[in-house]
Amino acid sequence: MAVLVGNDTRLVVQGLTGREGTFHTRQAVAYGTQVVAGVTPGKGGQEVDGIPVFDTVDRAVRETGANASVIFVPPPFAADAIMEAAEAGVAVVVCISEGIPTLDMVRVWSFLEARPTRLIGPNCPGIITPGECKIGIMPGHIHIPGPAGVVSRSGTLTYEAVDQLTHLGIGQSTCIGIGGDPIVGTNFIDMLELFQADPATEVVVMIGEIGGTAEEEAAEYVKAHVTKPVVSFIAGQTAPPGRRMGHAGAIIAGGKGTAAEKMKALGEAGIHVAETPAEIGETVKRALGR
Amino acid sequence: MEFAWGLSYNPRPVPNLLAVFPTGGSVVKIHEYQAKAILKRFGVPVPEGDVAHSPDEARAIAEKLGGRVVVKSQIHAGGRGKGTFRDKSGQTVPRPGDGDRPLGGVILADDAAAAEVLARGMLGNVLVTRQSGPEGREVRHLLIEEGMDIASEFYLALILDRATRSPVFIASAEGGTEIEEVAAERPDAILRVAVDPRVGFSPWIGRRIAFGLGLEGKQVSAAVKLTAALYRAFMETDASLAEINPMVLTGDGRVLALDAKMNFDDNALYRHPDIKELRDLGEEDPLEVEASKYGLNYIKLDGNVGCMVNGAGLAMSTMDIIKHHGGSPANFLDAGGGATTEMITAAFRILLSDDNVKAVLINIFGGIMRCDVVAEGVVAAAKAVGIEVPVVIRLEGTNVERGKEILKESGLTFEVADSMRDAAEKVVAAAEGR
Repeated sequence: MAVLVGNDTRLVVQGLTGREGTFHTRQAVAYGTQVVAGVTPGKGGQEVDGIPVFDTVDRAVRETGANASVIFVPPPFAADAIMEAAEAGVAVVVCISEGIPTLDMVRVWSFLEARPTRLIGPNCPGIITPGECKIGIMPGHIHIPGPAGVVSRSGTLTYEAVDQLTHLGIGQSTCIGIGGDPIVGTNFIDMLELFQADPATEVVVMIGEIGGTAEEEAAEYVKAHVTKPVVSFIAGQTAPPGRRMGHAGAIIAGGKGTAAEKMKALGEAGIHVAETPAEIGETVKRALGR
Repeated sequence: MEFAWGLSYNPRPVPNLLAVFPTGGSVVKIHEYQAKAILKRFGVPVPEGDVAHSPDEARAIAEKLGGRVVVKSQIHAGGRGKGTFRDKSGQTVPRPGDGDRPLGGVILADDAAAAEVLARGMLGNVLVTRQSGPEGREVRHLLIEEGMDIASEFYLALILDRATRSPVFIASAEGGTEIEEVAAERPDAILRVAVDPRVGFSPWIGRRIAFGLGLEGKQVSAAVKLTAALYRAFMETDASLAEINPMVLTGDGRVLALDAKMNFDDNALYRHPDIKELRDLGEEDPLEVEASKYGLNYIKLDGNVGCMVNGAGLAMSTMDIIKHHGGSPANFLDAGGGATTEMITAAFRILLSDDNVKAVLINIFGGIMRCDVVAEGVVAAAKAVGIEVPVVIRLEGTNVERGKEILKESGLTFEVADSMRDAAEKVVAAAEGR
């Protein structure tokens, strides 16, 4: 097992009976993920492809021993679903839902602070430990097991980076999309700490974007605590200031949060910075000394 | 003036204030008069006033308010007071009674007749401010308000701070100016107080702000009431920013919001139908409005390579790599996670309605979005819209082989690229007519 999820993961799918929930659960099962339960309130007792559906996460955990959950419920109900999973004792909750009101996430964050549950997302593609466990919406087939730990604020840009690595023969230990919202459960620093401690990870790939100061803070952390090589790319070098580029978090405000500033901070922390998205894979290869 | 920091559980240094300033899912903006109506509903004192759409209305409102009023242009851009008016032909509009100076966006009128004259100079003309862009904004609404006897001005705002994941009050005794400038030059002049979302507002927060701003006696309890009301308004409307600049102390000891700005989290609009209705489409780019109807996230830029990409991060990087290869993106367009044929058709129509577009790059990495569905959508849309510029397509991810077959079988002349670099090179060459 690399980090957070692997062969021991037993997954419950919140929103299993919905269109996206069913589609991505089938993909996860085909990949080899142990999907042990689904939850849809009012549909307890039904089955989807032989996976039992429960009315509550608590019931699903007690009857199946689920230790991770993935959330595919519509955004108005997603914050509630996260808290339900945390209260049921699920160790890792992955929230795919996009469009959760920020004040709902403020409440969720307060709720989680007193509990051991780790939230990944929301508004994220999920997490995959290649060859073991896939939780989320990423295409599994582009991944191969190997030494690169990938952490990203983006979804499809993460697939792009992984695809480049795989084509160069560089596999991945675990790949995680932490999500593009202003408030997310897991941040770059959390993942840098986990990858640094993980024996299977030899290099960390960190994909950031404009807005906020998460990349600058991660750079400080790398300088102080990370001995493994780190490669980074920042999306949005050509974004105009003051406009929200898709992700709620991606806005350059008051001249701060620009790609140039972030790349400078990363470079000063000894991080290998890829200039263009097409060079991420090659930069990792160089950082590994291959 | 020296402030005690309101850092109950927030160890962040002040300079980072800038980086967290207008964050949150804030794309929904409203006018000052609308923000004041909301704040008033929650108990924030605001000046008496009303909205005028004609010089006659402006006069009538001014008469009702007793004559001496402030005439305030309503546009979604700051810096109105220092802005200047132009007419539709681009000529500067002179200030009534002072022809040497241009007409500004916020002017004091001594009586109702003067208010009418000012309104005539403003309505239908274009106000250019530091934030409006050189093209300015047409003024269609005026706020006519009673003139206030101002003793001092302050800054007060509530924002959502992504670092502490909590609402944070920002206050300063240097009101009426640009808070970003104050923060950059004199960070000590800014007071921050985080509100623990588990507990919500407590009067000590208001007191720390009021005493920190140097208020005394009865002014303090007035300011505490105002801050409490501001917090309620912020939380109950899912705001991402509520800014009162300036908050004023009047000669007779009242504390009120002389100006107000509110932004809202668009993700929460579903539970605020009243705020959704306040959206002023006249203040937004028509193409961006059209895109939002189809769930597309489109931002117009000034280059010549149209981009259609799934995912915000990949869309931004696609723009980056086009620029890296010597081209210039015409737009940002995130087609999202579940684009249908209808959405892709709309995306094509919107991209191509920009005459600057000389070539289009479609870059899709399918995860939640399957390549075969994308390919079918692209083919159907291309046939429906009739595309006359070169189109470069880069597809990767789930069901990619089937997607490429669909493109090939379509009989349309798409140029298929193998990688982002390849795609960028091909589309930049195509845009240059090579």
